[in-house]
Amino acid sequence: MTAPDEYTASHVEEEHALEAEHSIEGRPYELSAVRRGGLFGDLVRDKLGLASLVFLVVLLVVAALAPWIAPFKPNQGNLTSSGLPPVWHGGTWTHPVGTDWQGYDVLSRLIYGARTSLIIGLVVVLLAGTFGVVVGLIAGYKGGRADSWIMGWVDVQVSFPGLLMAMLLVALVGGSVTSVSLILAVNGWMVYARMTRGVVLTMKERPFVEAAEILGSTPKRVIFKHILPNLFTPLATLGVLEFARIILAEAALSFLGLGIQYPGVSWGLDIARAGDHELFGNQWLIVYPGLLLTITVLAVNLLSSWLRVALDPLEREKRFAATTSSGHTGAGL
Amino acid sequence: MNELDHTPLLEVDHLEVQFFTRRGTVQAVRGVSFTIEPGETLGVVGESGSGKSVMAQTLLGLTELPGRITGGDVRWKGESLVHDASSALARVRGNQIAMVFQDPMTSLNPVFSVGQQITEVLRRHLGMSRKQAKARAVELLDTVGIANPSTRVDQYPHEMSGGMRQRVLIAMALACEPELLVADEPTTALDVTIQAQILELIADIQQRLGLAVMLITHDLGVVAGLCDRVAVMYSGKLVELATADDLYANPAHPYSAGLLRSTPRLDVAMPRLVSIDGAPPDLVAPPIGCPFAARCSLATEECLAEMPGLHTMEDGRKVACWRPYEAGMPQEVVDGTH
Amino acid sequence: MEPTESSNAALLSPGIEPPVVDAPLLEVDHLSIRFPVSGGTFWGGQKRFVHAVDDVSFSIQKGTTFGLVGESGSGKTTTGRAVLRRITPTEGTIRFGGRDITQVTGKDLRELRRHMQLVFQDPYSSLNPRMSVLELVAEPLIVHGLAKNAADARERVVDLLDRCGLPTDAADRYPHAFSGGQRQRVGIARALALRPDFIVADEPVSALDVSVRAQVVNLLQDLQQELGLTYLFIAHDLSVVRHISHRIGILYAGRLIELADTDDVYETPLHPYTEALLSSVPIPDPPLQRARRRIVLTGEVPNPVDPPPGCRFQSRCPIVEDRCRVETPLLEEKAPGHLVACHLR
Repeated sequence: MTAPDEYTASHVEEEHALEAEHSIEGRPYELSAVRRGGLFGDLVRDKLGLASLVFLVVLLVVAALAPWIAPFKPNQGNLTSSGLPPVWHGGTWTHPVGTDWQGYDVLSRLIYGARTSLIIGLVVVLLAGTFGVVVGLIAGYKGGRADSWIMGWVDVQVSFPGLLMAMLLVALVGGSVTSVSLILAVNGWMVYARMTRGVVLTMKERPFVEAAEILGSTPKRVIFKHILPNLFTPLATLGVLEFARIILAEAALSFLGLGIQYPGVSWGLDIARAGDHELFGNQWLIVYPGLLLTITVLAVNLLSSWLRVALDPLEREKRFAATTSSGHTGAGL
Repeated sequence: MNELDHTPLLEVDHLEVQFFTRRGTVQAVRGVSFTIEPGETLGVVGESGSGKSVMAQTLLGLTELPGRITGGDVRWKGESLVHDASSALARVRGNQIAMVFQDPMTSLNPVFSVGQQITEVLRRHLGMSRKQAKARAVELLDTVGIANPSTRVDQYPHEMSGGMRQRVLIAMALACEPELLVADEPTTALDVTIQAQILELIADIQQRLGLAVMLITHDLGVVAGLCDRVAVMYSGKLVELATADDLYANPAHPYSAGLLRSTPRLDVAMPRLVSIDGAPPDLVAPPIGCPFAARCSLATEECLAEMPGLHTMEDGRKVACWRPYEAGMPQEVVDGTH
Repeated sequence: MEPTESSNAALLSPGIEPPVVDAPLLEVDHLSIRFPVSGGTFWGGQKRFVHAVDDVSFSIQKGTTFGLVGESGSGKTTTGRAVLRRITPTEGTIRFGGRDITQVTGKDLRELRRHMQLVFQDPYSSLNPRMSVLELVAEPLIVHGLAKNAADARERVVDLLDRCGLPTDAADRYPHAFSGGQRQRVGIARALALRPDFIVADEPVSALDVSVRAQVVNLLQDLQQELGLTYLFIAHDLSVVRHISHRIGILYAGRLIELADTDDVYETPLHPYTEALLSSVPIPDPPLQRARRRIVLTGEVPNPVDPPPGCRFQSRCPIVEDRCRVETPLLEEKAPGHLVACHLR
């Protein structure tokens, strides 16, 4: 059959790391875990995953180039051009998606809003992720007392009401990209710590880690050389999912008035303000930020779902077999 | 015996199973055929890559992606378990054919009591009431030699040792009085003293209930005490099928001979163990000729070029080899490691 | 090739006499290892202990193989790990090359690891799948500063691979490209990299195909001849242990119940458990197997948590008497070089 041939041909230069199950007979086939290069091959096959990635890349570029792409500044406008509908409802091309009651251009606000969401998302994931991973590593590798104390701290923090903390912080410091990032990071590192600790505990049991220790490796070497590489996959999946959650969380906070404040720009903020002023009037002021928010989060989730399959060798084998072969499996499937 | 005249209990007919992986298509089972008659014990012996477990999984429709049955048939009392088989399998599986697996730890559900797991089988297949099923479950636990069955029936798997869990699995397998018990490495994960207990139990049950047993293992010692006939598998093919006495006394296939020779015996002190050089061929690109040719000291050009079919010999056994019976005696074949 | 004498001397602190040449390389004396088990009520309560290893004593002469045999729960793996100082003994002493290593930690322990290594049971999970064979075998050299990096160690690694019967191009390939037997050879090559005197082989062939086991066992034997290695061979497979061991110790529920030269154990076993164990091992010979008188033990291994007084084997012993339930039998010499822990033999 040709399908496997063309697939293997395009990956001739790759390095494969294979894992086989350990038992006398084991799995009758070997799993392939691919490093970097081959990921995009898989992506091309998964239409939804590809579409999501394209969308997110476009969004990223647009957000990065906002000052040069957006037709107006987000708070630039006057009352004479307020309340204009989008072009497809009878508006003008100067303001393709219309304006709000203060005359601000909706399209520009959408673009700058993307900036806010993506920046906060990335910053929080990096901050919370780094901190959480380090904490999880210490707890998992040292074990004993350190582990108990650290996990106790995690449990306490997890029980903290995030919303109340947000309110407190906003009251003290004021809402801004910085303060929102800080709140979400402080509230979000625990999941990385728990996951990392779990991975470390599992890896510690693996014979090849024990082998490294018996050879006389220092703990530092064991962690960096043997344990961390196995963290990449679950961390990637978790990070992407968290990214989506943070975007939504920021939008929610801003919507409630606890996040980005006027004159900042955020999709959540825009929805709230439009709701205050225009609930039964110009729906586009609510719909378009909401739509963009939904699609962005959906794209991130689809991407993460593709990522999960792409990084799990067994899932990929199953998918491959299902689409390229014929014959019977159990129970006449 | 004229095999054409009657329907055997189980018939595996030129079965082919392939695994479609991204690395290539693994030919796990390549045209295996054999039969089992009621009440007989067949041992299926093989090492890694022989395909024995994959073959066993097809009997109960347990083949999972990326594996698929790509050829041949498995027939139970004449009815196919592969083609249009969902209703046949639902009826037969667990009921007429029962299976016991290697690892009792993962085969039992940890959140249900042992009794609950047995009664589930009884109520599903035999429609018993809860009370009837529980009573029968206690009976079954007694049959498999578990002491205090009426207390044990409410215990959970984690409260039991490995040997006892395996007995529970056997009890579950026997619940519906199957006609064939398939045991896939049932004692590999157990200690040798417990293994002896379980094997005795299987032999005892087989005699008392008259059921057929297919015992799949890599251990030639286990097969020796229990099985009437033995099938030796190598690289997805059946290479020898003979009675146990015949096979051990005088192996016809060089692989069977090599395997026997490398099995260390407790009662013989050898200065040096013997092995078979090399390793089994890659199943993604199996060789054209005999799969064992690369490791066989008797191999000829013919062996490398053409796959030997399974031929029936004068003494009734079946061998897939161009030079059968030549491996048994000559010392030159005992060419172990350097 | 470093002579083992000088590496032994390196273990000693100055001012101590070098050991007599035929003193054993490893001496285990009254070794006990107990693990606390959380028990009692939520608020604390009585601490209970798992008696994994109980008063075990044996010694291993240089250049010989000691087979430590037992089923699950016997404590054989724990003993092996204790000898390697992965676990700290609760009681007892371990002497290596005449030096007491029972409480060694930290830098001293890392130094000690140059002299004793481990071959694992599972060839599939004991090699990091992301590292090439070269990196795997070079790792011990890098860790102990004997090589700067994998490339630096290539010559030594290739030599080791060759000694272990692997092709020379194996160095740049990854574990997945090899069969179980070959991976185990890689594990052995790795264990040899530091030129240890002593190797603990923890069930090194249990996970391999039968036709391949002999390859690895024969390799270990050859290496012992060539390099003067000493082995602690942990196994549950009595048939394999016979061919490689000079002396055998049988563990049951954490206690050593029989200790003798190999042939004595197989031909004249004294302890009832040993007899039962030997008779449970199936022999690949149908007429013989059918005709054999087998001692099939009933019951299970006793609970290792706070065991009752007396002999550990009392619940399953076919010849048990009242005395066995009260007094724990000690390991005593009942025949030349043959020790048994039983009141009745």
